[in-house]
Amino acid sequence: MSNIGAYNERIREFDWSIAEKELDYSEGNILNIGWYCSDRICLQGKGDRVALFWEGFGGNEKQFTFNDIRVASNTIGAFLRNLGIKEGDRVCLFMDRIPELYLSFLGVLKIGAIVQPLFSAFGDESLHVRLENAQTRAIITQRKHLSKVRKILDLLPWLEHIIVVDYDNRKPLQKNEVAFSLEDAEPVDQCEIFPTKSESPSVLHYTSGTTGQPKGVKHVHYSLISQYLTTKWVLDLMEDDIYWCTADPGWVTGTSYGIIGPWSMGITQAVLDTGFSAEAWYRFIEKYNISVWYSAPTAIRSLMKAGDDLVKRFDLSSLRHLASVGEPLNAEAVLWSEKVFNIPFLDSYWQTETGSIMITNFPGMKIKPGSMGKVFPGITGTVVDPKTFEPFTEPGKVGLIAFKPGWPAMMRTYWNNDEMFRKKFKKGWYLPGDRASLDSDGYFWFIGRDDDVINTGGHLVSPFEVESALLEHEAVSESAVVAKPDNVNMEVVKAFVTLKPGYEPNNELELKIMNFIRKKLSPLAMPQEIEYMETLPKTRSGKIMRRILHAKEWGEEIGDTSTLEEDE
Amino acid sequence: MEEIKDVVLNYVIEEYLEEDDEEITYDTPLISGGIVDSFSMVSLKRFLENKYSISIPDEKATPEAFDSVNKIVTLVREFAG
Repeated sequence: MSNIGAYNERIREFDWSIAEKELDYSEGNILNIGWYCSDRICLQGKGDRVALFWEGFGGNEKQFTFNDIRVASNTIGAFLRNLGIKEGDRVCLFMDRIPELYLSFLGVLKIGAIVQPLFSAFGDESLHVRLENAQTRAIITQRKHLSKVRKILDLLPWLEHIIVVDYDNRKPLQKNEVAFSLEDAEPVDQCEIFPTKSESPSVLHYTSGTTGQPKGVKHVHYSLISQYLTTKWVLDLMEDDIYWCTADPGWVTGTSYGIIGPWSMGITQAVLDTGFSAEAWYRFIEKYNISVWYSAPTAIRSLMKAGDDLVKRFDLSSLRHLASVGEPLNAEAVLWSEKVFNIPFLDSYWQTETGSIMITNFPGMKIKPGSMGKVFPGITGTVVDPKTFEPFTEPGKVGLIAFKPGWPAMMRTYWNNDEMFRKKFKKGWYLPGDRASLDSDGYFWFIGRDDDVINTGGHLVSPFEVESALLEHEAVSESAVVAKPDNVNMEVVKAFVTLKPGYEPNNELELKIMNFIRKKLSPLAMPQEIEYMETLPKTRSGKIMRRILHAKEWGEEIGDTSTLEEDE
Repeated sequence: MEEIKDVVLNYVIEEYLEEDDEEITYDTPLISGGIVDSFSMVSLKRFLENKYSISIPDEKATPEAFDSVNKIVTLVREFAG
C-alpha cells in the first residue's frame, strides 16, 4: 500500500493541516527547516539511523547518522555565527556534492540565515551576477572553485567571508578567506536555533528567464509543509527506504527533494558525487540497496543509450519506486524502465518557483506514458487560454499551465524584483510559463515552454545571458541563441553569430567561442553548435528575431515575417 | 601515438582542470571522475575532430569512451584510420 492511498479520497479530504499535524506544527510556532531535518528526528529516537551514505571520487566513502548531521550542522552554524553571520544574511553554498554541502544547508538555516545554493560548475560571470543580486555576505566553497571566487571578489563589496572547507595549507589564503574543517572543528552539541517563523526566508535559488539577469526565487520555511507531504505521497518514502535523488543541490530538486523532503521524514539517503556513468550508477544502486530513485529524463535516456545488457549485470532488485523530474519524460523512457527495472519511472512536474511537486503520476495510479499526470491534492491546476487566461472548458486544447496560488512552498517573490513576480500572475492564476493540454481524465500533457528559455537536461538556460556573454568575445559582433532539439538532453544551446571584421568563420574559432562560454557561464550554457551568419534576422526596429532561428532549428513554419528588416 | 596522448592530456589540463595544481595521468577518470561533465564532453569531442580531421559519430561519443586520455586515444585511432 502506498503512502497516498486512494488519490480521489485524498483530493476530497485534503487540507495542508495533514502535514502540519504530522510535523507537530501549529500556526505561529517556530518553524526551522534545519531543526526539522536533524534535531527533531533525533528527538524521535532516530539519532542512530543513517541519514547520509556518501560516495565520492575514487571510492571515497562517508556515512553520517541523524545525530551526526545534527551536530555537524550545529558546528557549521556556530562557526558562521562567530564570523558575524546573522538572520537574513545570504550565505552561498558553492560546492560539489560533498557532505559539507548538505550539512551547511542545515547549518545556515539553523542560524536564521538564507541559503543560496549555486551549481558548482558555474563560471565566474554566472557566479558574479547571482552573488551581486543577492548581496551575499559569505560563500562556503572548496579549493578547486576558489579561483572563480577570487576573480570576482573585488566586484562584490558585500562578500566578507569566503569559507574554504578543504584547505590544505599548501598555498596561503587570500583576502576574506578563512579555513573551516568539519573534521577538525570542535563539535557543537547544542546550538541555539534561530526562531524562524513560517514566513521567514529560507532558500534563495536562482533561475533563468528569457530576458534580464537570473532571478532569485525567495522561499520561506513554511515550504517544508508541502515539501514534506509531496515527498511522502509522491516519492512514497517509507521507514526502511534507502533513497537516491540524483539532482545537484545547486538546483531546486536537489534541495527540496535531495535534502528537505527525505530528512524531514527521517529517511536514509545516498549521494554519489562522481560524474555520470551508467555502470557507476547501477553499481551504486546495487551497493546501497537503493529502493526509491528520483532522477531526470536526460539521465534516464543516457541509461537507455548504455543498453539493456548492462542493466542485467547488476542486482537492482532493491528498487521499488522510480520517479523523474526536470523535463517531460517521453513515453519510450517510461516503457523502457518498466521493461528493464520491472517498474516504470513516474513523471512529475514542478519548477523552482513552485518549490514542490505540482503535477505527477502517483504510486498506484493508472499511468498514461508521456503524460505528466494529475495535480497534487490541494493544488488547483488547469490549462488556460493564452489570450484570455480563462480555463478551457473543453479537454485537449493547448494552452498555458496555471495554478491557483496559495500552496505552502510557493515562492514569495523574486529577490529585489517584485515587479517581475507580479507579472507571473494573470487573472488570479500563477503561470509557470509552460504550455500543455489537459485530457478528460485530468491528465496533463506537456507541450513546451511558452518563452525562449532553453531546457537542457532539465536545467533552464537564458538565451539572453548566453547572447550577452557571446558579445564579450572579441570575435563576435552579434549573437542570437535558441534551443536546438537533442535526443538525450531534450534541448541544447545553439548560437548564431556574426563576426567582427578580421575574423574568419572556422572550426577553430567555433571551439574557442564554445570554451569561452563554458568557462564564463557554465557547461550547460555552452553552445553545442555555433552557426556563422552574414546578418541576423531583425525587426524593422532592429530587434533580433529569435523565433525565426528557432523555427529553422525545429523545422517549423516561420510565420509572419512582415516586420523583418532583412531575411537570411 | 605518444604524441596524441600528450596533446589530449595537455588540452584537458589547460581547458578542464579547475585547480591549477591538480594532477592527472593518462588513466585518470575524466567523466566518471567529474573533471569533464557530459556537456563539456561536446567541446572535447569537437577539439579532437578539429585537431585530427575526423568525425566521431554521436553513438561512439559515450561517457565511457571519453573516460580517460588513453580511452580517447583509442577512439581517435579508430577514426583516424
